[in-house]
Amino acid sequence: MKNAVGREIPEEILKITGKEVFQGNNYKEGKEYHKQGPMVKPVMDHNTSKMVSSIREALIKCGAHDGMTLGFHHHFREGDLVVNMVMKEVRDMGFRDITICASSLGKAHDPLLPMIEDGTITGIESSGVRGKIGEAIFHGKLKKLAIMRSHGGRVRAIHSGETVIDISFIGAPTCDDYGNCKGIGGKSDCGVLSYSFVDGQHANKVVAVTDCLVPFPNFPADIAMTRVDYVCVVDAIGVPEKIATGAAKPTTDLRKLMMADYCTQVVVNTPYFKDGFSYQTGVGGASMASAASLAKVMQERGIKMGFAVGGMSKSVVDMLDAGLVGKLLDTQDFDLFAVNSVKRPNHHRISAGAYANPFNKGSFVNKLDYVVLAALEVDTHFNCNVVVGSDGMITGAQGGHPDAAQGAKCTIVICPLLQGRIPAICTDVTTVTTPGESIDIVVTDYGVAVNPARQELLECLKKADCVPLKTIEELRDIAYSIVGEPEPVQFGDRIVGIIEARDGTIMDVVREGKD
Amino acid sequence: MNRNKKRLRRSMMFLNAQKPGLIIDPYIYKPDSIMLDLEDAVAIREKDAARYSLFHALREIDYRGVERVVRINGLDSEFWQEDIRCAVAGGADAIRIPKAERAGDIKVVEDAVAAAEKEFGVEDGRTLIMAALESARGVMNAMEICDSSERLFGIALSGGDYTKDLQTTISGTGVEMMGARQHMIIAARAAGVQCFDTVFTNLEDMEGFRKEVETIHTMGFDGKSIINPRQISIVHDIYTPKPKDIMFAEKVVREIDEKKAQGIGVFTVDGKMIDIAFYGGAKRTIELAKASGVYKGDL
Repeated sequence: MKNAVGREIPEEILKITGKEVFQGNNYKEGKEYHKQGPMVKPVMDHNTSKMVSSIREALIKCGAHDGMTLGFHHHFREGDLVVNMVMKEVRDMGFRDITICASSLGKAHDPLLPMIEDGTITGIESSGVRGKIGEAIFHGKLKKLAIMRSHGGRVRAIHSGETVIDISFIGAPTCDDYGNCKGIGGKSDCGVLSYSFVDGQHANKVVAVTDCLVPFPNFPADIAMTRVDYVCVVDAIGVPEKIATGAAKPTTDLRKLMMADYCTQVVVNTPYFKDGFSYQTGVGGASMASAASLAKVMQERGIKMGFAVGGMSKSVVDMLDAGLVGKLLDTQDFDLFAVNSVKRPNHHRISAGAYANPFNKGSFVNKLDYVVLAALEVDTHFNCNVVVGSDGMITGAQGGHPDAAQGAKCTIVICPLLQGRIPAICTDVTTVTTPGESIDIVVTDYGVAVNPARQELLECLKKADCVPLKTIEELRDIAYSIVGEPEPVQFGDRIVGIIEARDGTIMDVVREGKD
Repeated sequence: MNRNKKRLRRSMMFLNAQKPGLIIDPYIYKPDSIMLDLEDAVAIREKDAARYSLFHALREIDYRGVERVVRINGLDSEFWQEDIRCAVAGGADAIRIPKAERAGDIKVVEDAVAAAEKEFGVEDGRTLIMAALESARGVMNAMEICDSSERLFGIALSGGDYTKDLQTTISGTGVEMMGARQHMIIAARAAGVQCFDTVFTNLEDMEGFRKEVETIHTMGFDGKSIINPRQISIVHDIYTPKPKDIMFAEKVVREIDEKKAQGIGVFTVDGKMIDIAFYGGAKRTIELAKASGVYKGDL
């Protein structure tokens, strides 16, 4: 059955998953549902200890079993040690058929490959995967369908009971003996624990894993003791230098600076750029450069940002310090400046649900004026692909891309026209991860294209005469004229994964690679 | 005359002809000209490889209207003849001769270019020439060089070698190059060709760069050699006529046309006394605005 972005979703997949095809961004607006509640094991006796001596003991006490689903967060990014540590114990204990439901997985989790191959892990639900896990899924080694869903989508899936997490292991930079967890104050600080809030609220069992046990009460807590069953102290939960790096150097790459300049021009010449506007940006070179040049225009024009939301880095912390932004609403920290900044009065920690869950009663992304995003590919329908490489390999993550893209009034995607020899602006993306209806403006090094659905934005930019305007078809034609139109990637017949839309419908499928 | 001889050349950007990442799409930064370098940027043992990549770049890449100049190796080297054959065969718009010292240097290159055009079936006279003056002798002979060839569209100062020849260094004040700049622009204007300033190599000092461009703009130079796309917007900003200059030039042209018909020779525009002597300058401003893509009027 064809969905709203023109992708054919086989009936067999709809049957297996019990899902519908994607029918447009607001298909489930206002449709009521009941939230799923977790299993709760009360602790009434003041003599009860939550401390366990090992991950193994935690697994035993939590009633680990074959076929269970385990939850993890990815705040430690490529420095994460928790997933591998827990899964090694799971495998050593002989459990099989495990589903991992992580907010994201990266190359740090390459050691899971043998567990996929031997049937310990048979299901993966994540924002995305990279490295050897991506290759394993691409080559059909994962038994069940991989489910790729956005940060907001994960919260929705857990809230609605579509995914039930049996045990969630929350890596906590600091924790007390009763389970109050914080993202700072330890030796593996990650700043915030936003992706774990939903695990705390909905997982049947919650284990806090820490390498820094602190005196009770570890307050104010990100994950409160009322939600934590057990506390396990280990030697290390993360590799600090891979969790939060120093601030990324401002880019000197002219191509990125030029795109950053176009992006800034787009922002300052569209109607939402006024005092109190809201903004989200990523940490790519062009996005950060654009934030810096935007700050300059804000200073010149006396315009302040009401709030910035999403992943934080030095560039937005600097804006907070300069009084250019009212509040930072933080879901993830990309560098040490952002990690250390969470103590500031106007730097607030928010949950991934508050940030982007489409099934709550309104999330922060809905209040965004601008979001600046990247993409691996954008097609002439403005559909974006941020997960599957142009060679078909799964090598990226949706993150909050579909969430913020839908939520913001003006969604800008920065994307160089060519990624090496591959045209990034193309007729059809390899895989749709964010629908074109969410994308308003595409900024490339060869010009800027406005979604024809946003004529009013096009008129503003035409009037301002501030950027080279092109149609998306013109950009694609330039790309094809330089590197040619690539042959379609050859896939096998088997479907190995689905790209889930924010509302849980199916946006696209991911097929097995052909040798 | 080749109609490209007088084209807009505010920014002439050097690029190593051997680096695919540089030569694949420099036009996105919108320089007026690129100068694909076979000389200093390319090691002796890589000259043939650089020519190979240059030839294919010239043949395959659509530079979208950006002028393609090829800097050949010096006439004292064994490479320059083959450089010219390769550049002309590829369809280069112009050849930049390094270390030109006398009219004879231009003549030699002119003959080689003409022969290459014939050999490869390129339209006669299509390939222009510019000369870089890099020595005291070259600068002193600027006049005869400017007058040497119908193909020559301009001369350029090469400050590094020139200051070495003067037995001094680049100070940052411009004092050491003042005489050469003044001499060259006068010679170029006398001969009716263009004149370009030397590169500014300190990419960290953008303020210094801006000042230098302002100076050479005031002196009358047509443009500047640059080494990095970051420098382009500054050059274009300074060289592109401002809206108020364009408005004034339009008024001057219209008024002179009108008053001439009425037999009036001297009159005022915006409180300034104007006569026919202003006509050429005003026309140039409009032409420059047109070439820079900022003119929206109908003159």
